Parts: sequence; structure tokens; C-alpha cells
Amino acid sequence: MARSLRRIPGIAWLLASLVIFFSVFGTRFASAPNLINIGNQSSILLLLALPMTLIVMTEGLDLSMGAVLGLSGVVLAMLLVNGNALPVAFAAALGVGTLFGIANGVLVVALGMPPFVATLGMLGVAQGIALVLTDGQSVAGIGSALPGIYASRWLGIPFAILIAAAAYAAFHFLLYHTRIGTYVFAIGGNREALILAGVPADRYHVLIYAIGGLMAGAGAFLLTGRMSVGHPTAAIGMEFDAMVAVIVGGTKLARGDGWLPGSVLGVMTVGVLKNGLNVMAVPSSLQIASIGLLVIVALLIDSFRGKS
Amino acid sequence: MSSLTYRLLGVLLLGAVLALSTDAFLTVGNLLNVLRQASLIFLLASGLTLVILSAGLDLSIGANLGLSACMAAAAIKSTGSISIGIAAGLACGMTIGIANGLLITTLRLPPFIATYGMLWMVYGINYWAMAGNTIYGFPESFREIGSGYLLGIPIPVLLMAACLIVGSVFTRYTTWGHEIYAIGANPEVARLSGIPVRSRLIMVYTLSGVMSGLAGIVYLARLNSAEAGIGEPLLLPAIAAVLIGGTSLFGGVGSLSGALVGAVILTLVLNGMNLLTISGNWQPLITGVILLLAAGIDTAARNWNESRA
Repeated sequence: MARSLRRIPGIAWLLASLVIFFSVFGTRFASAPNLINIGNQSSILLLLALPMTLIVMTEGLDLSMGAVLGLSGVVLAMLLVNGNALPVAFAAALGVGTLFGIANGVLVVALGMPPFVATLGMLGVAQGIALVLTDGQSVAGIGSALPGIYASRWLGIPFAILIAAAAYAAFHFLLYHTRIGTYVFAIGGNREALILAGVPADRYHVLIYAIGGLMAGAGAFLLTGRMSVGHPTAAIGMEFDAMVAVIVGGTKLARGDGWLPGSVLGVMTVGVLKNGLNVMAVPSSLQIASIGLLVIVALLIDSFRGKS
Repeated sequence: MSSLTYRLLGVLLLGAVLALSTDAFLTVGNLLNVLRQASLIFLLASGLTLVILSAGLDLSIGANLGLSACMAAAAIKSTGSISIGIAAGLACGMTIGIANGLLITTLRLPPFIATYGMLWMVYGINYWAMAGNTIYGFPESFREIGSGYLLGIPIPVLLMAACLIVGSVFTRYTTWGHEIYAIGANPEVARLSGIPVRSRLIMVYTLSGVMSGLAGIVYLARLNSAEAGIGEPLLLPAIAAVLIGGTSLFGGVGSLSGALVGAVILTLVLNGMNLLTISGNWQPLITGVILLLAAGIDTAARNWNESRA
């Protein structure tokens, strides 16, 4: 506990100073509609950052998440256009995502392929299938059911934020209160001991990647609801934002050293930075560059704090 | 060398299949075109080979190529001097490479994170600087670099040959080259045996950056136009070419000649798809599958060797 307390200030300090900076210099930043907007945008990112935290804890990463989210969204939209019921289309999107997650897991765990190349290859496959299915075009005409759900509120809280909160609760419970969570820590930290204790570590390791794919499918639900169309390249690069959020949030790339609340702060930091720059009319291209800079700043702070 | 022989057989087999399935393949013009396309992938893949030999990775090469090409284009347009343009492109590539090297050695970032972050930073800067514009129309003498011939051979192919020879001599016969292999095989042992691991790694990433810059100039000269996104589709093919060529992702094993064979195989596949009028939308899928196959073979071979040892 002392360790996580010591870690809180780093990212929280960064987030707080960004919020203060944008509130002072961006006139429209600190308004209720804009803060809700940040929450909505961050919700999809959180759905990816949660499983990414688990994957990074096992000394892995998943570069295919954005492309898989895009493909799931395309499948979802195409099934809706063809007149299928929303639950059927959503189940298919989740299925596609999970399938890619399992494929990632099998390549990394069973074959022993380095995670970045396995998931980079799957990025190409997922993006390629999405492009071939759609011929590179948007899939429009998905009806009003899905955008309606996305626009709905419960007790005044937008749907996407509710989903993100529920997902966080589920992941928090999974990681800190179940045996699977303990195994996640152990797979990155001391795999050997886990195997010697008779735990099928490989199966749980594949499961972690499968959850990553599943969450990409869930993210497709929100993204498609927000955009009202499916687009093959809509989510390209989102895996990078998720990775940044996880790393900025204090999860280490080694030894099972992860911190789930930190990933939430990381997602909020990315969301605030992007939105704040947007409010200040900084071009979106420079927003991308600033996210890259954010990682380096966060890791620099980290390494100085580690030395002191 | 026998593994390289198998790969060359693969090239012949692919060529035979293409020659039988379309008349357009086995023409001098198309074969030179294949080599010219392969030369672009090879230039990118050659620097990446050095990085992967050192057990590292450089995901920023495609973005680097894009920014270097745009820098060269802008410099030629504003100064009218071709040599200043070439210098600007190479300097841009080199700067990005040095930045990668410093992030990895000084900040101790894992290479894929550092270079992936660099990829997005470079894209961002490039899209911002270009603001959706295209720079086009360059002097004839500059375009020669991409589309000209010397003694009947395309100039990019000659550049490729020169890089292959210089690079192979460097990796095989110089101490620095041997040290790259040693670092890739076991960085700890390399450090203990007195190799300056830090400065060698910075050198490797710098070379990868310079090669991306050179590839950017050649690509710019061939396209005769530059826009922010031109490097984007080239990352996957370059990585795939290195792996198909038998360079191991785990470091310490591989060669530049392998990267050449890999680049040719990949180009044959893409060129064949083009001749058979298969939509370009299939390209990421096919490249991804090839990448996974090559990485799978590499990984399986390593597992097999380890289980025998």
C-alpha cells in the first residue's frame, strides 16, 4: 500500500497541473459539457487500457487493439445494415474481438513469438480484413438503435461513462479479488513458481490476451454508437493511447508490477491533454505528437523519482 | 548459408508461378520494376536489419521516411538546391535515429516503446507541418535518383547494390559489425567483454535513421511528390522483409543479403497481386500474414534449437 501511495503523486500531479493549465488558458475547457465530452472520449480508451494493463504486466503488449476494434466495429455496422438485431451484431463484434485476442495469445504464449511482432502482424491482418470487407469505405445506415443507446443517460450520467465505470469495477475485482488476478501478477513476476505450483500458466496467459480482444469488441460498440457509422481505420492508433495511459499510470513493463487505478488516471491524463489542446485550437496532428511526448516526460519523472 | 539457398529457391518458385499466371510478369520492364520497388523496401530494411541484429527494434522507420521526404521536398522547393534537399532529408533521418538511440540507451526505454512513441511524434509533426498539402514537381536531375538509369540499370537498384556491398563488408569484416552481433546475442556478455554497448546501440539506431532518410529521398524522387502519409504503408513490409530474410527477432543472427532476398520475395508477392489486379486493400492482410509466417518460422526454429541444446 505504501508503494502505491508513493506512486499516486507522480501521475496525479501531472493530471492536476494539466487540468489547472487548461482551465486557466483554455476558456471553454472547464465547462460541464466539455468535461462530459472528455469523459465520453476517455470511456472507449479505458476499455482498452484496462486489459492493456494486464497484458503489459505480463511483459507483453497488444499493438492490434485499435485495428481489432476497427474490424469489430465494421462487422457490427455491416450486420446492423443487413437488418440483424443489435444483440446479434454486438455478439458477433465481441466474438471477432475475442477470436483475435485468442490468436494473439496463442502466437505469443504457445509459439513464444515476441508480443510486438505477433500483435503487429495481427494488426495488419485485422486492418486488412476490415479494408477488404468495406473496400475502404464507411459503413453507413446502421439505424437508430445503437446511436440511441449511446446517447442515453442514467441518473444524468452518459451511457459510455457508465460502461467504463462498470468495466473498471469488473477489472478491479478480477485483478485484486480473484485467483486469476493473482495469477496475472505471477505470470509477469514469477512464472516459474506459478508453474511449479501446478497452475496452467499458459492457459491464463492466453486468457489475458483474449480479454484484450473481447474489450476491443466492446469498445467497437461505443465507438460505432458515437460515430453512427462503421469505419475500417477509425480506431487506428488507439492502442498507442491505451499503452501510453498504462505506462504513464505507473505500470512497469516488467515483473508483474501493475497498478489499475493508475491506468484510470493515465486515461484521464491522455483525455485531458488531447481535449485541452483541442480547446486551445492546437491542430490534431500536434495532439498526436504531444501524446508521444507525454510518455517520455512521465518516464523521465519516474526515473528521477526512482533515483531520489 | 543453406537457409539463404532455400529462400532463393522460394524467389524462383514465386517467379515461376507469376510467369505462368500472367504474361505481364516476365518482361524486362516489369522485372526491373520489381527490383526498383524492392530497392525501396531494402533501403528501409537494411538499417532495420542492423537494429534487429542488436536485438532491438525500430518501428519509426516508416514515419521517418515520410518526414525526411517532406523535409527534402521543402528544402528543394525553398532553396532550389538539390544537394541541400538531400542533406536536409538525410539530416532529418539521422536526427530521428539519434533521438531513438538516446531514448533507448539513456532513458532505458524498451526499443519498441521508444520507437513506437517516436513513430507517432514524427507523424504528428509531419501532418502538422504539411497541413494536408502536397509538394510536387522537382527538377529533372533530382528525379533521376528515383527514376533514372545508369548503364541500363535503374539508379535505385544501383544504390541498393552499393548499400548491400558496403553494409555486408561492415557487418562481416569490421570489429564494429561483429560487435553488433555480439550485443544482439548477449548484451551482458558483450558489456563484460569491453564492448561499448551504449555507443554501438546509438550508432545502430542512427544508421537506421539515415537509411530511412535515404529511402525517403529515393521515394520522393520516384513519386515526384510528397505528402505527410507516404511512409505509413512501408513499415510492415520492411519488418517482414527482414524476417523473411532469416534475421532473427531475438538478435545476433542474420544478414543484409537476407534482407535483400526478403525484400525481393515481398515485392514479388505485391507486384504479382498488382499484375493479377487484386485490390490494394488486400495488402495489409497479405503483408500481416507473411510477417506472422516469417516470425513463426523464426520462433519455431529457435525453440527447436533450444530443445536440442
